[in-house]
Amino acid sequence: MASNTLVSRRGSTSRKSARRRSEGGAERARQRTLISPAQLGRPRGKAVYWIVFGLVMVVFTAVFLGPLYWMVTGGLKTTQEVVQSPPTAFPSSIHTENYSQAWTVMDLSKLLFNTLYYAFGALAFQLIFDVAAAYSLSKLRPVFGKVILGMMLATLMIPATVLVVPQYLTVLDVPLVQRNLVNSPWAIWLPSVTNAFNIFLLKRFFDSIPGELLDAAAMDGASPLRTLRSIILPISRPILGVVSIFAVVGVWKDFLWPMLTLPDPGKQTLNVGIYSLASGVPENVLIAALTIASIPTLLIFLLFQRNIMSGLTAGGLKG
Amino acid sequence: MSAPTLSPRKATRPRPGHPGPARRDSAREEFLRALRRNISAHGFLIGAVLCFSLFSWYPMVREFILAFQKNEDGTTTWAGWSNLTYVFNDPAFWQAWRNTLLFTVLALLLGFVVPFAVAVVLNEFRHGQGYLRLLVYLPVMLPPVASVLLFKYFYDPGYGLFNRILGIFHLPEQQWLQDTSTSMLSVVIAATWMNMGGATLIYLAALQGIPGELYEAAELDGAGLLRKIWHVTIPQTRLILSLLLLMQIIATMQVFTEPFLLTNGAGPEGSTTTVVYLIYQYAFNFNNYGSAAALGLVLLVVLAGFSAVYVRLSRSSED
Repeated sequence: MASNTLVSRRGSTSRKSARRRSEGGAERARQRTLISPAQLGRPRGKAVYWIVFGLVMVVFTAVFLGPLYWMVTGGLKTTQEVVQSPPTAFPSSIHTENYSQAWTVMDLSKLLFNTLYYAFGALAFQLIFDVAAAYSLSKLRPVFGKVILGMMLATLMIPATVLVVPQYLTVLDVPLVQRNLVNSPWAIWLPSVTNAFNIFLLKRFFDSIPGELLDAAAMDGASPLRTLRSIILPISRPILGVVSIFAVVGVWKDFLWPMLTLPDPGKQTLNVGIYSLASGVPENVLIAALTIASIPTLLIFLLFQRNIMSGLTAGGLKG
Repeated sequence: MSAPTLSPRKATRPRPGHPGPARRDSAREEFLRALRRNISAHGFLIGAVLCFSLFSWYPMVREFILAFQKNEDGTTTWAGWSNLTYVFNDPAFWQAWRNTLLFTVLALLLGFVVPFAVAVVLNEFRHGQGYLRLLVYLPVMLPPVASVLLFKYFYDPGYGLFNRILGIFHLPEQQWLQDTSTSMLSVVIAATWMNMGGATLIYLAALQGIPGELYEAAELDGAGLLRKIWHVTIPQTRLILSLLLLMQIIATMQVFTEPFLLTNGAGPEGSTTTVVYLIYQYAFNFNNYGSAAALGLVLLVVLAGFSAVYVRLSRSSED
C-alpha cells in the first residue's frame, strides 16, 4: 500500500525532525518549499507572509476551536440563553449545575464506563489475536499462510456497510456456538479483531525485523511465544502504539454497529446513549453532556498527539 | 528457515555404511519438525482466523445468499431475482443513488480540494505549524454524536450561528437542513469539518517529501506560483492525491452516520436518503433482509470498480 512508502520514508527521520521543528529551532534547517526563501526575505514577501499567516491563524482558530468553545460555554448557559438569538459570546451567568445534571440525568458514568469497557476490551482482543496472527504470518509462515493472509486482505475490498446486515444476522445467532451476542460486549470485541488493516500493518513491521535476531533466540532454545514476547514486542512498540490508538478511537467513534448490537439502554455506548436521549433533555444539559463525552478522546489526542500524527500516514489510508 | 531447523539436518546427513535407516530417520524428524512448526504457527493464527471466519468471511458469503432469499412468516425460501427487481423498482432506490452521488460530488469538491489547499498553505508556514495541524485534526477525534449535534444547533434557522454569520455579511438566511435544496450541502459541510483532518495531514506528509531542487529548477525556468503548483506540487503528489481521491469516493458513497444523525436519515422529502440509509431502512425498519442484501450487492458492485483501481494504484506505489 501507499502507506508503505510514506511510513518508511518518514520513519527514520520524522521523529527527530518533528521534535526539532516543534522546538522552533528547525526553521533554519527546514526544507525548501513552494515559495523561495529569497522571495520571503524581501520586505513585500515578509508582509504578505505575515498577513496570510495571521489570517489563517484567526480563521482556523475560529473554525476549529470556535465550535468547541461554543460547546463548553453553551453547557454553562441557561436554556433560554442557549436558544437565544443573537447568541451570546459569554454566558451571562455561570451554571455549572448543567454538567452535574447531564452526568446524572443521562447516566453518563454508565455510558462512559460502557464505552471504555468496549474500547479497551476490543484493544486487548486486537492486540492478542492480531499480533499473534501477524507474527505467525510473518515469521512462522505456516502452510496456507499466504492464502489466509490473502483472504484477510480481501475483506478490505468489501465495503464495511455492505456487510452490516449479514454481520448483524450472524451476531443474532453465531454459527457453531449457537449464541445470541446482542447486548453482550462480545458483539463489539470479536468483530473488532477482523481488522485486516491492522494485521497488514503489523505484519509489514514484523517483516522488517531481521531474521538473524529470531534465529539467535531460537538457538538459545526460545519458543516461538518467548521470541514474540522478548524480541518482537519490545522492538515493535511504535507500531503497537499506533494500532492501539486507532483501535480505541475506532470503537469510541463507531455509531451504527453499537446502535444495532447494543440496544439495551444500560449497555449503550456514549454515542448511541446520548443520541437516544438527546430529544428528552433541555438543550444546555445536552450540550454539557456532549462536552463531557468529548473530553476522553480529546485527552487521548493531546497526550498521544505525536504517535497519532505519525501513525496517520499509515492509519489514514484505512478508509 | 531458522538456524536450528537447518543445523540438525546437517548433523543427521546419511553416513556411509548405514544409508537406509538414517535417511528414513531424518525424513521422519524433518516431517515432525515441520509439523510442530506448523502446529505452533497455526496456534498463533487460530484466534484471528476464527474471528474472521465468523464475523467476516461467513457474513460475506451470507450477503450473497441473503440477496436471493425471501423470509415470509418465519420460513426462508429462495427468491431468485425478485429481491433485486424489487429494489430496482423502488422509487427510493433511484433517489438514494441520486442523493449519494450528489453527496459524493459535493464531498469531493469540498473534502478533496480544501484539505489539499490547506496542506499547501500550511506547508509554507515557518511558524505555528504544530498548532495548526493540531487544530485541523481536532474534530477527527471528537465523538461523531458531539460534532453532529453541534452542527445541528449551528444550522438551526431560528437561533443558529450560521444564519447569524450570514446576517453579518448581509446574505439571505437559509433553512439549512430543513430545505430540500440545502439539506445535502449542509450535511456535506458538517462531514467535511469532521473528517478533513486526516487527509490534510497525509497531504502535508506528502508535500514534505517533494525535493526542493524541483522548485528551484522551476524558478530558473521563470515559473510563477501557480505554475509551480501545477507543474511541481501536483505531479509530485499525484499518486497520494489519486489514492486519497479513490478512498474518499469509496468512503463517501457509504455515508450513513452524518445524515442519520443530522436529518434522521431521510431529511426533508427524502432529500438526504443515502444508499446505506436505504439498506438500513430495508433491514431494520421493514425487516426485509433480502432487499437490504440485494441493495448491498448493488453497492458492492459499484464500489468494487473503485476498489480495484485503488489496489492497482497502491501496488504500483509499493514498487
